[in-house]
Amino acid sequence: MSDSTAIVNGAPAAPGNAHGHEEHPAYLRHHFENVDQQADAANFAMWLFLLTEVMFFGGLFTAYLIYRNWYYPAFVAASHQLDIFWGTLNTLLLISSSFTMAMGVWCAETRKKSGLVLCLVLTFILGIGFLGIKSIEYKEKIEKHHVPGFHYSLSSFLNPDSDEAARKAGDKPLALDMARHTEVYFSLYFAMTGMHALHMIIGIAILGYMIFRARAGAYTSGHVTFVENFGLYWHFVDIIWIFLFPLLYLISRHAN
Amino acid sequence: MSATIVSLPDRSTARVPKVNYLTKENGLLSWLLTGDHKRIAILYLISLSFFFFIGGALAGLIRLELLTPQTDLMATDTYNKVFTMHGVIMIFFFLVPSVPATLGNFLIPLMIGAKDLALPKINLLSWYLYIAGGLLAIYTMATGGVDTGWTFTTPLSTHYVNTNVLTTGLAVFIAGFSSIFTGLNFIVTIHKMRCPGMTWFRMPLFVWAHYAASILMVLGTPVVAITIVLVALERTIGIGVFDPTKGGDPLLFQHLFWFYSHPAVYIMILPGMGVISETISTFSRKRVFGYTAVAFSSVAIAVFGFFVWAHHMFIMGISNYAVLVFSLLTMLVAVPSAIKIFNWTFTLYKGSITFETPMLYTFGFMGLFTIGGLTGVFLGTSGTDIHLTETYFIVAHFHFVMVGGMLMAFLAGIHFWWPKMTGRMYPEKISQLAAVVTFIGFNFTFFPQFILGTLGMPRRYASYPPEFQVLNVFSTAGATILGVGYLLPVLYLTWSLKYGAVAGDNPWQATGLEWQTQSPPLTENFLATPIMDHEAYDYEWLEKQEEKEVASVG
Repeated sequence: MSDSTAIVNGAPAAPGNAHGHEEHPAYLRHHFENVDQQADAANFAMWLFLLTEVMFFGGLFTAYLIYRNWYYPAFVAASHQLDIFWGTLNTLLLISSSFTMAMGVWCAETRKKSGLVLCLVLTFILGIGFLGIKSIEYKEKIEKHHVPGFHYSLSSFLNPDSDEAARKAGDKPLALDMARHTEVYFSLYFAMTGMHALHMIIGIAILGYMIFRARAGAYTSGHVTFVENFGLYWHFVDIIWIFLFPLLYLISRHAN
Repeated sequence: MSATIVSLPDRSTARVPKVNYLTKENGLLSWLLTGDHKRIAILYLISLSFFFFIGGALAGLIRLELLTPQTDLMATDTYNKVFTMHGVIMIFFFLVPSVPATLGNFLIPLMIGAKDLALPKINLLSWYLYIAGGLLAIYTMATGGVDTGWTFTTPLSTHYVNTNVLTTGLAVFIAGFSSIFTGLNFIVTIHKMRCPGMTWFRMPLFVWAHYAASILMVLGTPVVAITIVLVALERTIGIGVFDPTKGGDPLLFQHLFWFYSHPAVYIMILPGMGVISETISTFSRKRVFGYTAVAFSSVAIAVFGFFVWAHHMFIMGISNYAVLVFSLLTMLVAVPSAIKIFNWTFTLYKGSITFETPMLYTFGFMGLFTIGGLTGVFLGTSGTDIHLTETYFIVAHFHFVMVGGMLMAFLAGIHFWWPKMTGRMYPEKISQLAAVVTFIGFNFTFFPQFILGTLGMPRRYASYPPEFQVLNVFSTAGATILGVGYLLPVLYLTWSLKYGAVAGDNPWQATGLEWQTQSPPLTENFLATPIMDHEAYDYEWLEKQEEKEVASVG
């Protein structure tokens, strides 16, 4: 399953490295037979970890699925409160960051130190940009009292004309009972995007550490497992957003 | 009982090897920063025992309160906290990690011929997470406890109680990650670290059982983690996912919670079943009957285990059709467990059975687990479940499976591998006595609870009508005996660390790779990477091996 990683890690392409010296590179931990096995194990572990992450978000997606079916009109009206411009921009930022991350992995594999540092820095900046835009969006929700809890306000849904976003989307007033269920939408919105943002923050922190280490040449001497595995994590966080964006922002945008 | 398979080295010359994983490095730091799977297993064993006795003390308080029909020992809300903390500590800090984190950690690399688990640092991290979670749970208990029951049922946990739901939830959340990392580590190790010749169907059944349990840990635990996060968010900032006044549904909490917590009982029992496969083969001197069936039944339990969760919710308002389907699936999950029990019984058939302590615990397991499993069928049948659920019947049922099953298996395993872990034997006679005392005490404690349940005594109350007193007195008396049964091993196992007979490499004449290296093993486990050239449980291979040794020495 891991021919590619084996080539990358097992047979460092460094010229002039005689065969005998490849037996025990410094990064080979004592309990592995060889670097192939080590890289293989680390990779497999990362995929398993991502599987647990899928299950973690799976609980939220299940809740979303159920309530969206029950309270569809409320979910549509509530989704109109999100700004598609910011959402799209954020999607673009994240996809670009996945691209720079993938380039970073490639740079590490081909031992291009300055290229790797540049890619990691770009990924870092794009990640920060995503969080910045997310915080603009959160601020707007707080100002409009759309954060579930004590001060939650229904006025945008009971009286759409009072709300610019609702008016633009042409929302009809919801009955009180249905309007109340917009709070469930925003509960899920904050839980899902909040958990996603938390993963971004953790990822950005690790990126900072990696930039620091990459400048010292840590990942460009043949041992790229860490960069590769982080790349997997970063793409995973990206994919979660690729699901969140249509589910939260684009509920009413469909043909017919 | 005179027949025995124990063969110890000559006492006058026998020494515990000077260089082993225990003596390689000294000092507290060498333990706290270790990456050695065997040392981490020992750390787990000590901390697990600590939590077990805290949980046990709480159980003692519960039984003492229930000695009389009135609430005289403690106030009713204190009682609620005591049984909640008993459940939380026993489930999340003892049963879930018990066999995997100690025996699994110690033995899986040895059994498959590896030097260590694939991710030693993650392994150590999981111990620290476990300790952090455990200390938080104890802090919670010291600062007032929590009284929702271990299930954290909403809206009780989110809206009504005023106790430490958040810190307890956090403790469980952290312990959950410890469990995820353990499972992940096992799966990677079993896939990537097997020695040459160790094919999947040459692995000991202990490893198969842990593989299945690991799948459950990795897939189930994250779901309860997110559920706890949602409960915490609902309690703190008031989101509405489970709150009916906002359109949320408390039943969704139940679904998400039991989606983990039902598979969790298989996380608890599967590693125990792995232990039983090893002991029953060794002490009957026979290959486990139907090896492949037992191996696949572990995996089948892991798969079916994910599709029966709603049988915890028959009276909670799920639809009748759902009850029908989940009732049927619940019957199906009993099949692989039955396969195991029958195969173990056939292993005994015409075996050369001896009755060392691990085997006594094994018999205890088979009897009690079978009763526990069969009473599960009563509860899986929706008609009888409506009568029996939330009574002492269900308390007795899961204690038969968890205490009678899992704890017996844990003790069987601890005794069986004690010579490997420490290099010394436990004292045989007194430990046989402890096994018998445990069995008797257990039945006295929990059998009356089946009767109490069918008579209609509800669970989770500090008081009860006076006509139930006789059976409750039986139960409390039994719990006292059971307590003695659990204290004894602590005493004599500690004693044996210094005074036990030197065990030698293979005191049981068992076939697993872990027995073909010195006891206690070296930090690297084996002198050279072993090569597996025979099937699992091949006693003829072992005999030939010994003949060879005699020939080469002589």
